[in-house]
Parts: sequence; structure tokens; C-alpha cells
Amino acid sequence: MNKHMRSFLNTAGALALSLSVVTGPALAFEPDKPVEFVIMAGQGGGADKMARLIQSIIEKENLASRPLIPVNKPGGSGAEALTYMNSVSDPDHTVMVTLNSFFTTPLRQPGLGVDIMKFAPVGRMAEDTFLLWVHKDEGIKTFDEFVTAAKDRGREWVMGGTGKAAEDEIITDYLNNNYGLEIKYVPYKGGGEVAKQLAGRQITSSVNNPSEALGFYQSGDLIPLVAFTAERLPLFPEVPTLNEVGGNFVYSMQRAVVGPPGMSKEALAYYTDLFKKAYDTADWQTYKTKQSLMGNFMAGDDLSQYWSEQRVRHEAILKASGAIK
Amino acid sequence: MDILFALMDGIVVAMQPTNLGLAIAGVLVGLFVGAMPGLGSVNGVAILLPFTFVIQEFTGSATSPMIFLAAIYYGAMYGGAISSITLGIPGASTAVATTFDGRPMALAGRADRALVIAALASFVGGTISNILFTAFAPPLASVALKFGDPEIFALMLLAFATFIGLGGDDIPKTIFSICFGLVLASVGFDIVSGEPRLVFFDISGFSHGIRFLVLAIGVYGIGEMMWTMMSSQSHSAMSYVKITRQGLIAACREFASAWRGTAIGSFLGFFVGLLPAAGATPGSLMAYGVAKLTARDPKSFGKGNPDGISAPESANNAASTGAMLPMMTLGIPGSPTTAVLLAGMVIWGLQPGPLLFSSQPDFVWPLIGSFYISNVVAVLVNLAFIPVFVWMLRMPFTILAPVIFVLSLIGTFAAYQDMFDVWLMVLFGFGALLLRKLDYPLAPAVLAIVLGPIAEPKLRQSLLFSDGDFSIFFTRPIAGPITIVALILILLPIVKFALAHIRPAKR
Amino acid sequence: MRRAEIVTAFFLGVLSLYFMWKSGEGPGWDPDVARFDNIGLILDEGPGSGFWPFWLSLIMLLCSVWIGINWYLRKSPPSQSEEPFLDHHAKRTFLLVGGGLLGFLILIGIIGFYGAIFVFMIYFIGGLGRHRLVPTLIISTAIPVCSFFFFDIAMRIVLPKGYLEPLFLPLYDLFL
Repeated sequence: MNKHMRSFLNTAGALALSLSVVTGPALAFEPDKPVEFVIMAGQGGGADKMARLIQSIIEKENLASRPLIPVNKPGGSGAEALTYMNSVSDPDHTVMVTLNSFFTTPLRQPGLGVDIMKFAPVGRMAEDTFLLWVHKDEGIKTFDEFVTAAKDRGREWVMGGTGKAAEDEIITDYLNNNYGLEIKYVPYKGGGEVAKQLAGRQITSSVNNPSEALGFYQSGDLIPLVAFTAERLPLFPEVPTLNEVGGNFVYSMQRAVVGPPGMSKEALAYYTDLFKKAYDTADWQTYKTKQSLMGNFMAGDDLSQYWSEQRVRHEAILKASGAIK
Repeated sequence: MDILFALMDGIVVAMQPTNLGLAIAGVLVGLFVGAMPGLGSVNGVAILLPFTFVIQEFTGSATSPMIFLAAIYYGAMYGGAISSITLGIPGASTAVATTFDGRPMALAGRADRALVIAALASFVGGTISNILFTAFAPPLASVALKFGDPEIFALMLLAFATFIGLGGDDIPKTIFSICFGLVLASVGFDIVSGEPRLVFFDISGFSHGIRFLVLAIGVYGIGEMMWTMMSSQSHSAMSYVKITRQGLIAACREFASAWRGTAIGSFLGFFVGLLPAAGATPGSLMAYGVAKLTARDPKSFGKGNPDGISAPESANNAASTGAMLPMMTLGIPGSPTTAVLLAGMVIWGLQPGPLLFSSQPDFVWPLIGSFYISNVVAVLVNLAFIPVFVWMLRMPFTILAPVIFVLSLIGTFAAYQDMFDVWLMVLFGFGALLLRKLDYPLAPAVLAIVLGPIAEPKLRQSLLFSDGDFSIFFTRPIAGPITIVALILILLPIVKFALAHIRPAKR
Repeated sequence: MRRAEIVTAFFLGVLSLYFMWKSGEGPGWDPDVARFDNIGLILDEGPGSGFWPFWLSLIMLLCSVWIGINWYLRKSPPSQSEEPFLDHHAKRTFLLVGGGLLGFLILIGIIGFYGAIFVFMIYFIGGLGRHRLVPTLIISTAIPVCSFFFFDIAMRIVLPKGYLEPLFLPLYDLFL
């Protein structure tokens, strides 16, 4: 590129910038090109559904001056997405939807060189919940019956779950360690596949999110025994929490939006405001209720605080189960 | 009878002007997106998902947006064949098998016939599977549930077995090609151990695995294209096609004579599509394999045999309907596209699952009705556009070739928005060119990279169940017979080969 | 052709060996696991993470050796052929087209997809195809413009734009 060309481009760029400043509303930061909306998981999962719904809400309500473009980066249980975010060229025009692999993947793959505390805390949209499910033909109605039956069958009892050393296996490990069980854990690609395996009685139990098992719950095929939440879920009022039946374990999945390290303060403020607006829409609130999502909007230092607590907790859990050293 | 009345009511709703208009618009969008190399139905559906909210707001029901998305899905299945035949680049992963015979036919100056066969086969496949869907949805859903990990693995083994004959005459080169595809399929992240593996040279781009499209577009878009240019002295490799009425009638006759491929594709495709985790790509490849395996003249496959077009094309349409079944009746997506459709249904406030048919008949039946309508619309639109596609082939080769290169590069990027994929695709293209010159068959590698990512986890998940005991593949009532048939099909050529080499020695 | 056959077989053999070596890698978080611990059948669990790629790569290696033997015995058609691997026309085409593609890829990193398409089309149609200037310019401009409207605007797939990005911002203002 010669000098003339470069100066021409600079002028053109400056002109374009001034144009967009003049036409845009008077806010500190406004995206001037489409915003990349990275999804840390594949198409069709909980995170993907959520991201596409938020994108649709933002588009429908005209909340942003430029569209959000969802891009799935499911590789390596989030490793691909995290390394991508770490080195993104334009941190002010990229945001990402995360799940708990945000905490576990950097611990399991130290070679990535990712420090999650450097990511920009845009906003937590919800927390997804976990329930313990069995097939109705198992004839099990309560958590105590589950413990007895699983003890009897030893390694014949199979828990299906999403991924290795991920949320579902963490819960399975907790059950094994605290109730003297020997449940075998088989990892699958997604929660939908796990629900299908359970409905076809290929596996004996699962710890699906409500949204993944809801269809089979309504038809009566799958029965929830216990919820791994602090309080009973409004959608399953008759299902006790684990703490009520004598356990001491609460586990949830964060559904948060983060910005890459190096996102400017102005951009962070803009995106927090944008996602707060999306959070407050009737569409999002309805979806939250229907899918049995918990948790309020959380951003800024509160969210960073939440992350550091979660990271410490996951490190302890993974160490205890031998998934890291 | 109830089903028939419900279906009639559904078709009437689907024929309402708004819904019909949406179906036509959806088919057009799908056809275009499907014909773009790299982009398939999943891109079309995912991208237009936000737009469906506007439709829902406007019509007040979830039926109309779903009809729109389903029409895109259908249109894309038709569209995939177009670039496979005319350009030789698979328009979508589901249309790879169509290149095997569609491309040679086009090169022989019969592109119009190949396109007609593809369109009609798609129509028949789609219609047969729609009828199966309408009549047997609930019982078929329970069949899908009976397929656990060992059954899916056995099925993948069977798919391989049907493809044994796909390679060339050189045995070590064919086996090399299969194994190469299978190893590439295991690059990236291992679900069962939760560890990254085979991240070559520690380049992070490999951590998401090697995508099937990257290899397919590299082999067919870049490698094949450069090979054509290098081996032909003249600038044009394509014979011109003139469209005449006689030509079209002859094409229809040819389609009728390829009924065997259509029949195999329609039923096999539907059934494979039904099984979550399998999907339309293995379905169409298997249909091609079976059609070749059972043909009287298997040698003519790969050289422009009409059965080689009608089998995969009817199969990918049948499979796309098949994949809708577990999505709607079980809430389980069998493919990325149905995953996005499922997300859409949830967002519109529906709960797919075993109760959907009984609790939401107002949604289900018009949607099924729209499958029939979209299918008719798609075949008519497709046939009408064939002269345009054929006209494109008349472009001088020196203009068509760079356009194909540009489409290959853009398409690879657009599929996953990853620049690394584009570099890798071109690298594969150069590699394919070299291997092609030395008579290495490459179709087996392309097949292997489709089946590998399904087969390997299923093998290991099955063995987790059985504590490492391989007898699980033989003792289960469904998996057992499939495994045995597959093993026989695999061993047969080996025995034949051995016999052929032993006998002359005895003499 | 004969030489190309054995050189390729040798290279593929080396590639298979690298695949085998790479398959044996243990998990990143646990340096105590020895290489090749994961390629066998683990008790009660079945195959380890390296099982599938390792043994398949071994088959690849054996096939390359087999191809080498066939070469020595002059059994396969390429190993009998004494023709040059690439004749003059093929060599020229390969360099011009392959080089063009590489240039295209590098240009994408600098001036983005749309700019690179324009340059590549000019090179190919005008340079290699020797078409006249006016049709060359029309096609070379039309293709990136159509792609922009199809991908960036209609499909909402944002293609990389490199240093030309500022030029596109006003277009977003108009169309998005």
C-alpha cells in the first residue's frame, strides 16, 4: 500500500467516523458495525437458545443501533471461544454468552493462558437450574428410593450427562461421594441427547436442566426427584430441594454475557445497559419463567465477585474429583 | 381416518394466502442459500430466526413462522444439488453424494438432465417421507428411542460397509484414504475424556476439529477444479447444454428408469434421518452406497449413473423430514438445523415433546400440511430455474473458474466464520490435487470424516456401558443383526479378494 | 510420475508417524500421565482418547509401506509411468492458479474479503483469461458488491474487511 492510498483510506475513515457520530444519538459509545455475539456452545443448546432469543428481542425492540450476529464457537468445551475472545481484534464489538465451562475449562486446560477475571462483566441474564430425573417405569418416586435403588445396582446405575468434568459430572460426583453410590457416568454431546437416552431408558438417570426435560416431564415419562437449588422451583412446586431431604448442595449454571479483556469502559457501560434493557422486557421474563430459570440481573463488580467465588468453588470441586491437580 | 381429516384441515390452513406466500418466500430463500457452497439450511434458518418474531407478531400464531422456516429447510435441500451438479462443489454437506454422479453427468453435457433428476427425486423423497411422517409419527418416535449408542454405532458400521466399493482399484490407497478421514474426524475435542487431542503443531485452530465442509470444499472446489484446469489444454472443460422439450422428456424418462435409486433413497433416508445423531448427510451417503451395492452395473456409478443422483437426492429430502419427527415428538433435534427450529419453537412459546401432537393440533397439522405444499412449491420453482442454472454454465471457463474459487473461499468462511478454516481448506485442496494425480481415491476420506465423529463417541459410550466388553454390539436385539450384516458386507470383498488370489496359485 | 509416487508415499508415512505421536499426548492439566498411556483399552472403560487415532494412523503407516512395496514391484499405474509428474502446461497452470489463490488468501488478511475478491478477479479474468478491460472490470466489481449485499446485509454474516473497514461503516449506516 503506498502513501497516497493510505492517506486516502485515513481520510475516508475519518469521514465515515464523523458521519456516524453526527447521525448517531449522543451517547458515549455506540457500536458502528455489527456486534459479534459469540456463543460458547453449539447450536440448539441452552446457551444457544438464550443467545438467539436475546438477539431476537434486541432486534424486535430496536434496542441497539447495530445488529448482534450470533457465532457458535463450541470447540474444546469453550476453549475455542475463550482463546478467541482473548485475542479478538476489536474488543468493543464482541460479546460472548457463557456457561459454567467459563470457570472449568481454563482450569482443565491451563495451556490456554486465559484469565477469566480479565473479561469484562457485562451482565448475568439468569441462572439455569438442575434437577435429578428418572424414567417413570423405574417406579421411583422419592430421593430416598433413588439412593436405595442406586446403591443396590452399583455400577449398573448409569447417569448420562453433558460433557466430561462438566456440570453434570460434578453433581454425579457429589452424589457418589456423599451417599456411598457407584453411579457410572457416560458423557454425551448435549442435554437434548441425554434426555432422549433417558426417555428411551438407555440410561437410568440424568441431571438435565428443566428446559431439556420439560417435554417428557409434561407427558409423564420423566419424573424429577430433587432440585439442586436453594429454594423449590415455581415450575415444580412438589419437588423438594436436595437440602430439604438432608443434603447440602446447591448448584446452578450461570447464563452470563461477558466482554473480551480490553473492552473499553464506555463500551462495557453500553452493553450492560443494553442487556439490562433486554432483561427487563416481557419476552425475556416470560421465557425465564417458562424455562424455570432463576437469578436476577447482575453486572459490574458484583458479577466479578460472583465469578471469583465460582472459580474458587469449581477449583475445589474439580480437585476433589480428581479432574485437575 | 382422523389423521386424514386432520391433514386436510392442516393443508387448508397452510394454503391461506399468508402462509402460502411465506412458504413460497421460504423456498426461494432456501434454494438460494442451499445453492451457495458452504451455506446450508442451518444458516438460512438461524439467520432468519429473528425475522420470524415479526411474522409471529403480524399473524398472531406460531404456525406461520414455523411454515416459513420449514420451507427454507426444504428449499435448501433442493438447492444443495444445484451447485453439486453445475459447479462440482457440494452446496451443502447433504449434497456431497450428489456430486459423485451429478458432476460427471454435467461434464458430459447433460447438466439439464441431472438437475431434472435431482429435482424430481427430491420431490418424490420428500413426498414419501411426508406420508410416512403423517401416518406413523408417534410409533416411529418410539422406534427412535430404542436406538441407543450400540445401535447407532452398528448403523455407522453398516454405512461404512456399503461404501467399501466406493474406492478405486488400488487397495492400499483406498484404505489409506478411509483411515485418513477417520483420523481427521477425531481431531479437536474428545467428548468422552473431555480433553483436547490431535491439536496439530499446537495451532489453536485445530481445537474445534476439522469440519467436514472444509475437507469437502477443498477436495471438490479447489482440488478438482485445479485438476481439471491442469489436465485440459483447452480452456473449457464443460460441454454446452441446450434445453429442448425433447431433452426434458428424456430427462423425465431417465428419472423414471432411476426409480430404484429413488425408492432406496426415500425409505433409507427417512429412516436414517429419524435417528437423532445420524441425520441427512449420512442418510444420503448410505443411500448412494446401497444403490451402488445393489445395482446390476456398479461400475457405472461415479460416471453419471442416474441412480447415483436420485438415491442421494431423494434421501436427503426424506431425511430432512425424518429429522423433524424426533424434533417435534420428542423435543430432540437430529441435526443442527432442527436444533435451531427447536430453539425457535421454544422461543415462540411451544413445548415440543410427546404431548405436542395432542396439545397443539392447531400448530402441528397446518405445519405438516405445509410440508406437502412446500414440497410442491419447491419442485416447481426448481424446475423453472433450471434453464438459468444451465445458462450459468455457458460462462467462459476463465470467468467461471475464479467465481468457483471465490465461492469456495467465501462459503468456507461463512459456514463457521473462521479464517483458519479457509486456509486449511485451500491446503486440503492442494493436497487433494496431488493425491488425485496419483490415483488416490478421495471420496472415502470425505465419507469417513462425516461418519467418524458419530461412530467414535458411540463406540466408546457403548463400551462405557458394557465395562469395555465388545459383545454389547452382538447381544442387543437391534444392534446385533445390524452389526453382523455390516461385518459380512465388510468381509465379503476381502474373502473374494483372497479367493481370487489363491485360485490361480492352485492351478 | 514414478518418483512422485514414492516421494508422496514417504511423506504420507511420515505424516502417519506424526499422527501416531500426537495421538499419544496426555491431558494438559496432568503432566504425570506418560505419553501413549491413552492408546490402549482402559479396564472397565473401553478405548482411551488416543485409541482411535493411534491405531488408524498405524494402518495409514502400513498402507504407505504397502504403497512403497507396490512401487518397488511396479504394480500401480503411477509407479509404471515414466511420464513427468507435471507437464509444461500443468506446471504453468499450477503456479499461476495456485499462486493466485495463495495471494488471494494473503490479501484477505490485509484488505479483507471484498478487496481481495476484486484483485483476484482482475488477476484471473483480465490476466489469465485475457478478457477485455471493460467486462473484466464489470465482473470484478459486481461480484464483491453482490457478495456484500448477500452476506453482510441479507445474511448478516460479517466477512473480514482488514484495513478497508472504515470504508464500510457508512454502508452499515445506510443498510443496517
